[in-house]
Amino acid sequence: MSNIPANLKYTKSHEWVRAEADGTLTIGITDHAQDLLGDLVFIELPDLGKELAVGQEAAVVESVKAAADVYAPLAGTVTEVNQAAADAPESVNQDAYATWLFKIKPANAADVDALLDAAAYQQTIDAA
Amino acid sequence: MTQKTVLNETHRRFGAKMVDFGGWDMPVNYGSQIEEHHAARRDCGMFDVSHMCMVDLAGADVKRFLLRLIANNVDKLKLSGKALYSAMLNEAGGVIDDLIVYYLDDTRYRMVINAGTAEKDLAWMAARLAEWQLEVSITPRRSGEDPLAIIAVQGPNARAKVWQVLPQTRSATETLKPFFAATVGEYFIASTGYTGEDGFEIALPAAQADALWQALADAGVQPCGLGARDTLRLEAGMNLYGQDMDETVSPLDAGLAWTVDLAAPRDFVGKSALLAKPQQQQFLGLLLQDRGVLRAHQKVITAQGEGEITSGTFSPTLQQSIALARLPLGVAIGDSVKVEIRDKQLNAKVVKPVFARNGSIVVQ
Repeated sequence: MSNIPANLKYTKSHEWVRAEADGTLTIGITDHAQDLLGDLVFIELPDLGKELAVGQEAAVVESVKAAADVYAPLAGTVTEVNQAAADAPESVNQDAYATWLFKIKPANAADVDALLDAAAYQQTIDAA
Repeated sequence: MTQKTVLNETHRRFGAKMVDFGGWDMPVNYGSQIEEHHAARRDCGMFDVSHMCMVDLAGADVKRFLLRLIANNVDKLKLSGKALYSAMLNEAGGVIDDLIVYYLDDTRYRMVINAGTAEKDLAWMAARLAEWQLEVSITPRRSGEDPLAIIAVQGPNARAKVWQVLPQTRSATETLKPFFAATVGEYFIASTGYTGEDGFEIALPAAQADALWQALADAGVQPCGLGARDTLRLEAGMNLYGQDMDETVSPLDAGLAWTVDLAAPRDFVGKSALLAKPQQQQFLGLLLQDRGVLRAHQKVITAQGEGEITSGTFSPTLQQSIALARLPLGVAIGDSVKVEIRDKQLNAKVVKPVFARNGSIVVQ
Protein backbone atom coordinates (compact mmCIF):
# COMPACT_ATOMS: atom_id res chain seq x y z
CA MET A 1 0.00 0.00 0.00
CA SER A 2 1.22 3.45 -0.82
CA ASN A 3 1.44 6.19 1.74
CA ILE A 4 -1.47 8.50 0.78
CA PRO A 5 -2.76 10.74 3.59
CA ALA A 6 -6.54 11.12 3.54
CA ASN A 7 -6.45 14.85 4.35
CA LEU A 8 -4.72 15.87 1.11
CA LYS A 9 -5.81 16.26 -2.49
CA TYR A 10 -3.88 14.78 -5.42
CA THR A 11 -3.27 14.95 -9.16
CA LYS A 12 -2.72 12.21 -11.70
CA SER A 13 0.78 13.62 -12.19
CA HIS A 14 1.63 12.82 -8.53
CA GLU A 15 1.44 16.20 -6.84
CA TRP A 16 -0.20 16.53 -3.43
CA VAL A 17 -2.17 19.65 -2.47
CA ARG A 18 -3.12 20.91 0.98
CA ALA A 19 -5.66 23.72 1.37
CA GLU A 20 -4.50 26.13 4.08
CA ALA A 21 -6.72 28.27 6.32
CA ASP A 22 -5.46 31.45 4.65
CA GLY A 23 -6.73 30.29 1.27
CA THR A 24 -3.32 29.33 -0.17
CA LEU A 25 -2.49 25.84 -1.40
CA THR A 26 0.66 24.00 -0.36
CA ILE A 27 2.05 21.66 -3.03
CA GLY A 28 4.57 18.84 -3.05
CA ILE A 29 5.15 15.50 -4.74
CA THR A 30 3.69 12.27 -3.41
CA ASP A 31 5.50 9.45 -1.68
CA HIS A 32 4.78 7.32 -4.73
CA ALA A 33 6.47 9.94 -6.95
CA GLN A 34 9.62 10.11 -4.82
CA ASP A 35 9.74 6.32 -4.77
CA LEU A 36 9.57 6.19 -8.58
CA LEU A 37 12.31 8.79 -8.93
CA GLY A 38 14.74 7.43 -6.35
CA ASP A 39 17.34 9.54 -4.54
CA LEU A 40 16.60 13.20 -5.25
CA VAL A 41 19.65 15.42 -5.79
CA PHE A 42 18.28 18.69 -7.18
CA ILE A 43 15.10 20.75 -6.95
CA GLU A 44 14.36 23.82 -9.03
CA LEU A 45 11.61 25.94 -7.51
CA PRO A 46 9.40 28.48 -9.30
CA ASP A 47 9.98 32.22 -9.01
CA LEU A 48 7.91 34.05 -6.43
CA GLY A 49 4.96 35.82 -7.99
CA LYS A 50 4.96 33.60 -11.06
CA GLU A 51 1.50 33.11 -12.53
CA LEU A 52 0.85 29.48 -13.33
CA ALA A 53 -1.82 28.00 -15.57
CA VAL A 54 -3.28 24.65 -14.61
CA GLY A 55 -0.94 21.88 -15.72
CA GLN A 56 1.92 24.27 -16.37
CA GLU A 57 5.46 23.19 -15.42
CA ALA A 58 6.09 24.82 -12.05
CA ALA A 59 9.13 23.11 -10.56
CA VAL A 60 11.64 20.41 -11.47
CA VAL A 61 12.77 17.55 -9.25
CA GLU A 62 15.82 15.57 -10.33
CA SER A 63 17.00 12.27 -8.99
CA VAL A 64 20.28 10.61 -9.84
CA LYS A 65 18.58 8.89 -12.73
CA ALA A 66 16.00 11.33 -14.09
CA ALA A 67 14.46 14.79 -14.14
CA ALA A 68 10.71 15.21 -13.60
CA ASP A 69 8.50 18.25 -13.94
CA VAL A 70 6.18 19.25 -11.12
CA TYR A 71 2.99 20.70 -12.58
CA ALA A 72 0.67 23.34 -11.19
CA PRO A 73 -2.38 21.40 -9.93
CA LEU A 74 -4.51 24.45 -10.61
CA ALA A 75 -4.13 28.02 -11.83
CA GLY A 76 -2.69 30.55 -9.41
CA THR A 77 0.18 32.73 -8.28
CA VAL A 78 3.28 31.46 -6.48
CA THR A 79 3.33 33.03 -2.99
CA GLU A 80 6.09 31.07 -1.27
CA VAL A 81 8.78 28.49 -2.07
CA ASN A 82 10.49 26.04 0.26
CA GLN A 83 14.20 26.83 -0.04
CA ALA A 84 14.94 24.26 2.67
CA ALA A 85 13.71 21.54 0.28
CA ALA A 86 15.97 22.83 -2.51
CA ASP A 87 18.90 22.87 -0.07
CA ALA A 88 18.25 19.27 1.00
CA PRO A 89 16.46 17.41 -1.82
CA GLU A 90 16.82 14.11 0.04
CA SER A 91 14.29 15.40 2.58
CA VAL A 92 11.60 14.71 -0.05
CA ASN A 93 12.68 11.06 -0.10
CA GLN A 94 12.57 10.95 3.68
CA ASP A 95 9.10 12.48 4.01
CA ALA A 96 7.40 13.61 0.84
CA TYR A 97 4.40 15.08 2.68
CA ALA A 98 6.39 17.04 5.25
CA THR A 99 8.60 18.55 2.53
CA TRP A 100 6.45 20.90 0.50
CA LEU A 101 7.85 22.62 -2.58
CA PHE A 102 5.79 25.77 -3.19
CA LYS A 103 2.54 27.53 -2.29
CA ILE A 104 0.12 29.19 -4.62
CA LYS A 105 -2.83 31.51 -4.24
CA PRO A 106 -5.42 29.88 -6.51
CA ALA A 107 -7.13 31.95 -9.17
CA ASN A 108 -10.35 30.14 -8.34
CA ALA A 109 -10.51 28.54 -4.89
CA ALA A 110 -13.30 26.17 -5.95
CA ASP A 111 -10.91 24.47 -8.42
CA VAL A 112 -9.46 22.46 -5.56
CA ASP A 113 -12.65 20.43 -5.31
CA ALA A 114 -11.96 18.96 -8.75
CA LEU A 115 -8.68 17.37 -7.59
CA LEU A 116 -8.44 13.69 -6.68
CA ASP A 117 -9.09 12.52 -3.14
CA ALA A 118 -6.86 9.88 -1.56
CA ALA A 119 -9.00 6.94 -2.76
CA ALA A 120 -9.12 8.22 -6.33
CA TYR A 121 -5.35 8.81 -6.34
CA GLN A 122 -4.78 5.28 -5.05
CA GLN A 123 -6.84 4.02 -7.99
CA THR A 124 -4.74 5.91 -10.53
CA ILE A 125 -1.59 4.35 -9.05
CA ASP A 126 -3.10 0.88 -9.03
CA ALA A 127 -4.23 1.29 -12.65
CA ALA A 128 -0.78 2.35 -13.83
CA MET B 1 9.13 -9.89 -24.92
CA THR B 2 10.96 -8.90 -21.77
CA GLN B 3 14.01 -11.02 -21.05
CA LYS B 4 15.18 -12.04 -17.60
CA THR B 5 18.49 -13.13 -16.19
CA VAL B 6 18.68 -16.23 -14.03
CA LEU B 7 18.89 -13.92 -11.00
CA ASN B 8 15.52 -12.24 -11.65
CA GLU B 9 13.79 -13.93 -8.71
CA THR B 10 16.84 -13.31 -6.54
CA HIS B 11 16.61 -9.58 -7.18
CA ARG B 12 12.96 -9.57 -6.16
CA ARG B 13 13.86 -11.48 -2.99
CA PHE B 14 16.39 -8.74 -2.22
CA GLY B 15 13.74 -6.04 -2.66
CA ALA B 16 14.91 -4.67 -6.00
CA LYS B 17 13.02 -2.06 -7.93
CA MET B 18 12.92 -3.60 -11.39
CA VAL B 19 12.95 -1.63 -14.64
CA ASP B 20 13.07 -2.36 -18.33
CA PHE B 21 16.64 -1.95 -19.59
CA GLY B 22 16.84 -2.47 -23.34
CA GLY B 23 14.28 -5.26 -23.20
CA TRP B 24 15.72 -6.78 -20.00
CA ASP B 25 13.89 -6.78 -16.67
CA MET B 26 16.73 -5.60 -14.41
CA PRO B 27 17.19 -4.14 -10.93
CA VAL B 28 17.73 -0.36 -10.97
CA ASN B 29 18.28 -0.28 -7.21
CA TYR B 30 17.51 -2.19 -4.03
CA GLY B 31 16.64 0.93 -2.04
CA SER B 32 19.05 3.83 -2.35
CA GLN B 33 21.09 4.11 -5.54
CA ILE B 34 23.46 6.54 -3.82
CA GLU B 35 24.15 4.15 -0.93
CA GLU B 36 24.86 1.38 -3.43
CA HIS B 37 27.26 3.67 -5.27
CA HIS B 38 29.13 4.48 -2.06
CA ALA B 39 29.29 0.79 -1.14
CA ALA B 40 31.14 0.00 -4.37
CA ARG B 41 33.55 2.96 -3.95
CA ARG B 42 34.22 2.45 -0.25
CA ASP B 43 33.63 -1.23 0.50
CA CYS B 44 32.16 -3.79 -1.84
CA GLY B 45 29.14 -4.05 -4.12
CA MET B 46 27.86 -6.68 -6.54
CA PHE B 47 26.03 -6.37 -9.83
CA ASP B 48 24.14 -8.89 -11.90
CA VAL B 49 25.49 -8.41 -15.42
CA SER B 50 24.20 -11.69 -16.80
CA HIS B 51 22.27 -9.73 -19.43
CA MET B 52 25.60 -9.14 -21.12
CA CYS B 53 26.51 -11.89 -23.54
CA MET B 54 29.64 -13.99 -23.31
CA VAL B 55 30.63 -15.51 -26.63
CA ASP B 56 33.13 -18.31 -27.08
CA LEU B 57 35.09 -18.24 -30.33
CA ALA B 58 37.15 -21.26 -31.31
CA GLY B 59 38.91 -22.66 -34.33
CA ALA B 60 42.13 -22.54 -36.27
CA ASP B 61 41.15 -19.23 -37.94
CA VAL B 62 39.98 -17.42 -34.82
CA LYS B 63 42.92 -15.04 -34.51
CA ARG B 64 42.80 -14.11 -38.20
CA PHE B 65 39.08 -13.47 -37.77
CA LEU B 66 39.50 -11.16 -34.76
CA LEU B 67 42.41 -9.29 -36.35
CA ARG B 68 40.01 -8.19 -39.11
CA LEU B 69 36.83 -7.96 -37.04
CA ILE B 70 37.70 -5.47 -34.30
CA ALA B 71 39.55 -2.15 -34.16
CA ASN B 72 41.98 -3.02 -31.40
CA ASN B 73 44.72 -5.50 -32.17
CA VAL B 74 44.43 -9.00 -30.68
CA ASP B 75 48.06 -9.51 -31.63
CA LYS B 76 48.77 -7.62 -28.37
CA LEU B 77 47.42 -10.63 -26.43
CA LYS B 78 50.28 -13.01 -25.69
CA LEU B 79 49.46 -14.39 -22.25
CA SER B 80 46.57 -16.72 -21.56
CA GLY B 81 43.72 -14.88 -19.85
CA LYS B 82 44.78 -11.43 -21.03
CA ALA B 83 41.86 -9.12 -21.88
CA LEU B 84 41.57 -6.40 -24.51
CA TYR B 85 38.94 -3.67 -24.77
CA SER B 86 37.92 -2.87 -28.32
CA ALA B 87 35.29 -1.38 -30.56
CA MET B 88 33.77 -3.39 -33.39
CA LEU B 89 33.22 -1.05 -36.33
CA ASN B 90 31.12 -1.01 -39.45
CA GLU B 91 32.60 -0.12 -42.87
CA ALA B 92 31.80 3.57 -42.28
CA GLY B 93 33.86 3.52 -39.09
CA GLY B 94 30.82 3.72 -36.77
CA VAL B 95 30.76 1.68 -33.58
CA ILE B 96 28.63 -1.49 -33.80
CA ASP B 97 29.52 -2.33 -30.21
CA ASP B 98 32.26 -2.09 -27.63
CA LEU B 99 33.48 -5.32 -26.14
CA ILE B 100 36.12 -7.14 -24.17
CA VAL B 101 37.94 -10.09 -25.68
CA TYR B 102 39.98 -12.55 -23.60
CA TYR B 103 42.77 -14.61 -25.13
CA LEU B 104 42.70 -18.18 -23.84
CA ASP B 105 44.98 -19.90 -26.34
CA ASP B 106 45.73 -19.69 -30.05
CA THR B 107 42.46 -21.37 -31.00
CA ARG B 108 40.17 -20.04 -28.27
CA TYR B 109 39.02 -16.55 -27.32
CA ARG B 110 36.13 -15.42 -25.16
CA MET B 111 34.27 -12.18 -25.85
CA VAL B 112 31.80 -10.14 -23.78
CA ILE B 113 29.36 -8.04 -25.78
CA ASN B 114 26.59 -5.70 -24.65
CA ALA B 115 23.10 -6.89 -23.74
CA GLY B 116 21.07 -4.86 -26.22
CA THR B 117 23.45 -5.33 -29.13
CA ALA B 118 24.15 -9.05 -28.78
CA GLU B 119 21.82 -10.30 -31.54
CA LYS B 120 23.04 -7.63 -33.94
CA ASP B 121 26.68 -8.37 -33.10
CA LEU B 122 26.27 -12.12 -33.58
CA ALA B 123 24.59 -11.61 -36.95
CA TRP B 124 27.39 -9.25 -38.00
CA MET B 125 30.06 -11.72 -36.93
CA ALA B 126 28.37 -14.61 -38.73
CA ALA B 127 28.14 -12.55 -41.90
CA ARG B 128 31.81 -11.51 -41.77
CA LEU B 129 32.81 -15.12 -41.13
CA ALA B 130 30.95 -16.23 -44.25
CA GLU B 131 32.28 -13.35 -46.31
CA TRP B 132 35.89 -14.03 -45.32
CA GLN B 133 35.43 -17.80 -45.62
CA LEU B 134 36.98 -18.53 -42.25
CA GLU B 135 36.32 -21.47 -39.95
CA VAL B 136 35.42 -20.27 -36.47
CA SER B 137 32.74 -21.61 -34.16
CA ILE B 138 30.83 -18.82 -32.42
CA THR B 139 28.93 -19.91 -29.32
CA PRO B 140 26.90 -17.39 -27.33
CA ARG B 141 26.78 -18.42 -23.68
CA ARG B 142 23.92 -16.24 -22.42
CA SER B 143 21.43 -19.00 -23.21
CA GLY B 144 21.58 -22.46 -24.71
CA GLU B 145 22.84 -25.70 -23.21
CA ASP B 146 25.39 -24.35 -20.72
CA PRO B 147 24.34 -20.78 -20.01
CA LEU B 148 26.59 -18.56 -17.93
CA ALA B 149 25.63 -15.93 -15.40
CA ILE B 150 27.96 -13.04 -14.64
CA ILE B 151 28.27 -11.37 -11.25
CA ALA B 152 30.57 -8.35 -10.94
CA VAL B 153 31.97 -7.86 -7.44
CA GLN B 154 33.55 -4.43 -7.19
CA GLY B 155 35.18 -2.25 -4.55
CA PRO B 156 38.27 -2.04 -2.37
CA ASN B 157 37.17 -5.11 -0.39
CA ALA B 158 35.90 -7.07 -3.39
CA ARG B 159 38.82 -9.51 -3.62
CA ALA B 160 38.70 -10.32 0.08
CA LYS B 161 34.96 -10.95 -0.07
CA VAL B 162 35.24 -13.20 -3.11
CA TRP B 163 38.04 -15.20 -1.50
CA GLN B 164 36.00 -15.51 1.70
CA VAL B 165 33.08 -16.99 -0.25
CA LEU B 166 35.08 -18.90 -2.88
CA PRO B 167 38.34 -19.81 -1.08
CA GLN B 168 39.23 -22.33 -3.79
CA THR B 169 39.67 -19.45 -6.27
CA ARG B 170 42.17 -17.54 -4.17
CA SER B 171 45.47 -19.03 -5.31
CA ALA B 172 44.61 -18.66 -9.00
CA THR B 173 43.39 -15.06 -8.69
CA GLU B 174 45.66 -13.62 -5.99
CA THR B 175 48.33 -12.63 -8.49
CA LEU B 176 45.91 -11.75 -11.27
CA LYS B 177 47.03 -8.49 -12.85
CA PRO B 178 44.43 -5.95 -14.01
CA PHE B 179 42.57 -6.97 -17.16
CA PHE B 180 43.29 -10.68 -16.90
CA ALA B 181 41.10 -13.70 -16.32
CA ALA B 182 41.70 -17.05 -14.69
CA THR B 183 39.65 -20.22 -15.04
CA VAL B 184 39.10 -22.04 -11.77
CA GLY B 185 36.91 -25.10 -12.15
CA GLU B 186 33.54 -23.81 -13.34
CA TYR B 187 34.40 -20.19 -12.57
CA PHE B 188 35.84 -17.75 -15.05
CA ILE B 189 37.16 -14.91 -12.91
CA ALA B 190 38.33 -11.68 -14.53
CA SER B 191 39.98 -8.65 -12.96
CA THR B 192 37.82 -6.37 -15.06
CA GLY B 193 34.92 -4.11 -14.21
CA TYR B 194 32.88 -1.06 -15.01
CA THR B 195 33.25 0.97 -11.83
CA GLY B 196 36.84 2.20 -11.63
CA GLU B 197 37.34 0.03 -8.57
CA ASP B 198 39.29 -3.14 -7.94
CA GLY B 199 37.31 -6.36 -8.14
CA PHE B 200 36.31 -9.34 -10.19
CA GLU B 201 33.74 -10.20 -12.78
CA ILE B 202 32.78 -13.83 -12.19
CA ALA B 203 31.17 -15.93 -14.89
CA LEU B 204 29.72 -19.21 -13.67
CA PRO B 205 27.07 -21.77 -14.61
CA ALA B 206 23.72 -20.01 -14.42
CA ALA B 207 22.31 -22.66 -12.09
CA GLN B 208 24.83 -21.65 -9.40
CA ALA B 209 24.29 -17.89 -9.62
CA ASP B 210 21.62 -17.59 -6.94
CA ALA B 211 23.74 -19.47 -4.38
CA LEU B 212 26.78 -17.29 -5.08
CA TRP B 213 24.72 -14.09 -4.88
CA GLN B 214 23.24 -15.17 -1.55
CA ALA B 215 26.65 -16.18 -0.18
CA LEU B 216 28.19 -12.85 -1.18
CA ALA B 217 25.27 -10.99 0.40
CA ASP B 218 25.72 -13.04 3.59
CA ALA B 219 29.39 -11.98 3.54
CA GLY B 220 28.29 -8.33 3.56
CA VAL B 221 28.49 -7.49 -0.14
CA GLN B 222 25.92 -4.82 -1.08
CA PRO B 223 23.64 -5.72 -4.01
CA CYS B 224 23.83 -2.83 -6.51
CA GLY B 225 21.47 -2.03 -9.36
CA LEU B 226 22.02 -0.61 -12.80
CA GLY B 227 21.51 2.89 -11.40
CA ALA B 228 24.68 2.74 -9.33
CA ARG B 229 26.45 0.94 -12.15
CA ASP B 230 25.79 3.93 -14.40
CA THR B 231 26.98 6.59 -11.92
CA LEU B 232 30.08 4.52 -11.09
CA ARG B 233 31.09 4.04 -14.72
CA LEU B 234 30.44 7.71 -15.48
CA GLU B 235 32.64 8.82 -12.57
CA ALA B 236 35.30 6.40 -13.84
CA GLY B 237 35.04 7.95 -17.32
CA MET B 238 33.95 4.76 -19.04
CA ASN B 239 31.82 4.90 -22.16
CA LEU B 240 28.33 3.46 -22.37
CA TYR B 241 27.33 2.01 -25.73
CA GLY B 242 24.22 3.60 -27.21
CA GLN B 243 24.81 6.76 -25.23
CA ASP B 244 28.43 7.85 -25.64
CA MET B 245 28.84 6.18 -29.01
CA ASP B 246 26.82 4.21 -31.54
CA GLU B 247 26.88 3.21 -35.21
CA THR B 248 26.91 6.84 -36.34
CA VAL B 249 29.85 7.87 -34.15
CA SER B 250 33.54 7.34 -34.89
CA PRO B 251 35.54 5.89 -32.01
CA LEU B 252 37.96 8.78 -32.58
CA ASP B 253 35.19 11.22 -31.58
CA ALA B 254 34.11 9.13 -28.58
CA GLY B 255 37.36 9.08 -26.65
CA LEU B 256 38.22 5.60 -27.92
CA ALA B 257 41.23 6.43 -30.08
CA TRP B 258 43.42 4.59 -27.55
CA THR B 259 41.58 1.38 -28.41
CA VAL B 260 42.00 1.72 -32.18
CA ASP B 261 45.22 0.39 -33.63
CA LEU B 262 45.77 2.25 -36.87
CA ALA B 263 49.54 1.82 -36.80
CA ALA B 264 49.83 -1.90 -37.47
CA PRO B 265 49.82 -2.92 -41.13
CA ARG B 266 46.78 -5.22 -40.64
CA ASP B 267 43.46 -4.19 -42.18
CA PHE B 268 40.24 -4.24 -40.14
CA VAL B 269 36.64 -3.28 -40.80
CA GLY B 270 36.31 0.50 -40.62
CA LYS B 271 40.03 1.24 -40.84
CA SER B 272 39.90 2.94 -44.24
CA ALA B 273 36.97 5.08 -43.08
CA LEU B 274 38.85 6.22 -39.98
CA LEU B 275 41.95 7.04 -42.04
CA ALA B 276 39.83 9.04 -44.47
CA LYS B 277 38.04 10.94 -41.71
CA PRO B 278 40.25 11.86 -38.77
CA GLN B 279 38.99 13.06 -35.41
CA GLN B 280 36.22 15.68 -35.65
CA GLN B 281 35.40 16.22 -31.97
CA GLN B 282 36.96 15.74 -28.55
CA PHE B 283 35.48 13.53 -25.86
CA LEU B 284 35.93 15.38 -22.57
CA GLY B 285 34.48 15.70 -19.10
CA LEU B 286 32.36 18.49 -17.66
CA LEU B 287 32.00 19.58 -14.04
CA LEU B 288 28.91 21.66 -13.40
CA GLN B 289 29.79 24.78 -11.39
CA ASP B 290 26.17 25.78 -10.70
CA ARG B 291 23.41 23.76 -9.10
CA GLY B 292 21.54 21.40 -11.38
CA VAL B 293 22.08 18.11 -13.13
CA LEU B 294 23.78 17.59 -16.48
CA ARG B 295 21.98 15.10 -18.73
CA ALA B 296 22.55 13.47 -22.11
CA HIS B 297 21.71 15.59 -25.16
CA GLN B 298 22.06 18.95 -23.42
CA LYS B 299 23.78 21.52 -25.62
CA VAL B 300 27.24 22.76 -24.63
CA ILE B 301 28.24 26.24 -25.76
CA THR B 302 31.98 26.84 -26.12
CA ALA B 303 34.14 29.57 -27.67
CA GLN B 304 34.87 27.10 -30.48
CA GLY B 305 31.23 26.23 -31.19
CA GLU B 306 28.58 23.87 -29.87
CA GLY B 307 29.01 20.44 -28.38
CA GLU B 308 26.70 17.90 -26.79
CA ILE B 309 26.58 15.99 -23.54
CA THR B 310 26.44 12.24 -24.16
CA SER B 311 26.11 11.11 -20.52
CA GLY B 312 25.42 13.18 -17.44
CA THR B 313 24.44 12.60 -13.85
CA PHE B 314 24.84 13.72 -10.29
CA SER B 315 28.08 12.27 -8.95
CA PRO B 316 27.62 10.81 -5.47
CA THR B 317 31.39 10.88 -4.91
CA LEU B 318 31.93 14.50 -5.98
CA GLN B 319 28.53 15.69 -4.74
CA GLN B 320 28.08 17.71 -7.91
CA SER B 321 26.97 17.05 -11.44
CA ILE B 322 29.38 15.58 -13.99
CA ALA B 323 29.13 14.68 -17.66
CA LEU B 324 30.88 13.22 -20.66
CA ALA B 325 30.57 15.36 -23.76
CA ARG B 326 31.62 15.63 -27.38
CA LEU B 327 33.12 19.10 -27.80
CA PRO B 328 34.67 20.97 -30.72
CA LEU B 329 38.37 20.63 -31.42
CA GLY B 330 40.28 23.47 -29.77
CA VAL B 331 38.39 23.36 -26.48
CA ALA B 332 40.98 22.85 -23.73
CA ILE B 333 41.00 21.29 -20.27
CA GLY B 334 40.17 24.04 -17.79
CA ASP B 335 37.98 26.04 -20.19
CA SER B 336 34.71 27.47 -18.92
CA VAL B 337 31.69 26.58 -21.02
CA LYS B 338 27.92 26.97 -20.78
CA VAL B 339 25.37 24.16 -20.74
CA GLU B 340 21.80 24.78 -21.77
CA ILE B 341 19.42 23.25 -19.22
CA ARG B 342 15.78 24.02 -19.88
CA ASP B 343 15.59 27.84 -20.11
CA LYS B 344 18.94 28.51 -18.39
CA GLN B 345 22.61 28.53 -19.31
CA LEU B 346 24.70 27.09 -16.48
CA ASN B 347 28.48 27.25 -16.03
CA ALA B 348 30.61 24.16 -16.42
CA LYS B 349 34.33 23.50 -16.46
CA VAL B 350 36.03 21.26 -19.00
CA VAL B 351 38.05 18.47 -17.37
CA LYS B 352 39.71 15.20 -18.30
CA PRO B 353 36.95 12.60 -18.59
CA VAL B 354 37.83 10.72 -15.40
CA PHE B 355 36.21 11.89 -12.17
CA ALA B 356 36.70 9.24 -9.50
CA ARG B 357 38.48 5.93 -9.28
CA ASN B 358 39.77 3.64 -6.55
CA GLY B 359 37.70 5.36 -3.88
CA SER B 360 39.03 8.84 -4.59
CA ILE B 361 38.19 11.95 -6.53
CA VAL B 362 40.72 12.28 -9.35
CA VAL B 363 39.45 15.39 -11.11
CA GLN B 364 40.69 18.88 -10.22
